[in-house]
Amino acid sequence: MIRLEKVTKVYPDGTVAVREVSFEVVKGELCVLLGPSGCGKTTTMKMINRLTPMTDGSIYMDGLDNSTTDENELRRNIGYAIQDVGLFPHMTVGENIETVPALKGWTKADQRKRAEELLELLRMEPDEFINKYPRELSGGERQRVGVARALGGDPPVLLMDEPFGAIDPITRLELQNEFLKIQQEIKKTIILVTHDIYEAIKMGDKVALMKEGQLVQYAPPADLLFRPKDSFVASFVGADRGLKGLQLIRTKEVMWKSPPTANPEEKTDVAQERMKRHGIAWVAVIDPDGRFTGWAFASDTQGADRVKEITKTSTVAAGRNAVLSEALSLMLTSGSDVLAVVDQHNRLEGVVTFETIRNTMTEVVQKGVSQ
Amino acid sequence: MVLTLMTEVYQFVLSHPDMVARWVVDHVTLSLVAMVIGAMLGCTLGVFIAGKGRERLADGVLYLAEIMMTVPSLALFGLLMLLLGSMGLSAIGFLPAVITLVVYGQLPILRNTFTAIRQVDPTVIEAGRGMGMTERQLLFKVKLPLALPVIMAGLRNAMVLIIGIAAIAALIGAGGLGVPIFRGLRNARMDLIIIGGVSVSVLALLVDGVLALLERWMTPRGLRVESK
Repeated sequence: MIRLEKVTKVYPDGTVAVREVSFEVVKGELCVLLGPSGCGKTTTMKMINRLTPMTDGSIYMDGLDNSTTDENELRRNIGYAIQDVGLFPHMTVGENIETVPALKGWTKADQRKRAEELLELLRMEPDEFINKYPRELSGGERQRVGVARALGGDPPVLLMDEPFGAIDPITRLELQNEFLKIQQEIKKTIILVTHDIYEAIKMGDKVALMKEGQLVQYAPPADLLFRPKDSFVASFVGADRGLKGLQLIRTKEVMWKSPPTANPEEKTDVAQERMKRHGIAWVAVIDPDGRFTGWAFASDTQGADRVKEITKTSTVAAGRNAVLSEALSLMLTSGSDVLAVVDQHNRLEGVVTFETIRNTMTEVVQKGVSQ
Repeated sequence: MVLTLMTEVYQFVLSHPDMVARWVVDHVTLSLVAMVIGAMLGCTLGVFIAGKGRERLADGVLYLAEIMMTVPSLALFGLLMLLLGSMGLSAIGFLPAVITLVVYGQLPILRNTFTAIRQVDPTVIEAGRGMGMTERQLLFKVKLPLALPVIMAGLRNAMVLIIGIAAIAALIGAGGLGVPIFRGLRNARMDLIIIGGVSVSVLALLVDGVLALLERWMTPRGLRVESK
């Protein structure tokens, strides 16, 4: 979809900002340009929509040489979201989002329809927000509108320069998660620039790690973490890369889907029998509606008649989309070596144990993430 | 003393309403014509010198405008008489007066337009350019609307300045409220000086007020500071 060939940027004073960078982004994939500040990642991105003229090399989109298209025409078909958002303060949220549709000459009605669609996509109530001005929005809302505006003209390609940069960590996490969900729907080809390794691992299908204007490694995040090409990559991903790797996998992908369970009214010896059969020392206790209520352990069964007498009530549980680092953190803080995975109604969907996590990571380290 | 003076002023206005009206109309016409020309010239030039790669030009133009401000207005009238006379144009009256006033109004208009355009947040401009706006679209849809409040402030500044200086234009036969002022000075007629002086002040305040309203009306709603 997007192919860079020996793209080079030399500034008039002789500084080489980008040197012979080549890589290809597959249609529908999210490619993260990662690296320390001054490594040339933003420059590389801006050469794609020609905000920065390139010195040498070529960029192809859908096989078409970028330099042959009129630059304004080109930019209207490439969504562009930047860190400081850059919303037009004198225009309403709706007018901001309609910028590219208006430039493309859509009818007023189509423009408005598109703005409403996009606000809905970003979970903002159109009636409430469409006539607001940027100064009336919170930081997170502005960022959303920035993304919506970038999607305005329904471009096949999206360039994002630290789009989740200027907001507090909690809102950032939310936005990242939402954006990943949205991306599953819209399947754009995206290039996202960041210096945040966590963001890169979480968001990227592929990560292009850059250093001093050169591309060091272009690979899926798991490869970057566990098969670093050289010492720079290894030190950039950090000594805790094993922990970072936990972000690559979600609980639903590895959980034990039908773990042994017991009903509070069941006899303890029946429950104990079940544990023995599975070779474990616990069962998850669920109420008749399937909702998770706690655990029963083999060590407590002595002298008890029913499961409810020995149930250790617990509210600690992870969602099915939680990443393993969150699951592990919950286990460590609750002091339990088994964690329930529940849906939004607290119904038990599966369990994750230390063993699951260890086995999964061993596999990831050896083979990468299979999808 | 004050009372007799006020009575004199009152009586003069009552007995010569057409004369007073003439001065006011002349003054307003002169100022407005100078303002309209000055605004068009200053805003265009200001936008032009705020363009990319014209920093040196901007420095030069703004410096020149500052120098013009320091030339005493009377001397500028004199210089223009020479210049226009040698060109075979009318050396006294309306034309040289308008030219002088236009020149005087340039500094605030130029400086504010230039600064306003330059101060537009670069990320906003980059966002616009990144979305495929042409330089022209950027100017008219982004830069100018955002610069408008500051440009308007410059125009108000220039207008007050022009109305004040227009009084001096009476000396080169352009009429206006300078006429009673200078006549009063020559003949020790305090009432005439007051008629001229107060009218100029009132006129300046009035026009400033109107422009202030216009400024508020023209400021994009997203930029207005709401008084909640």
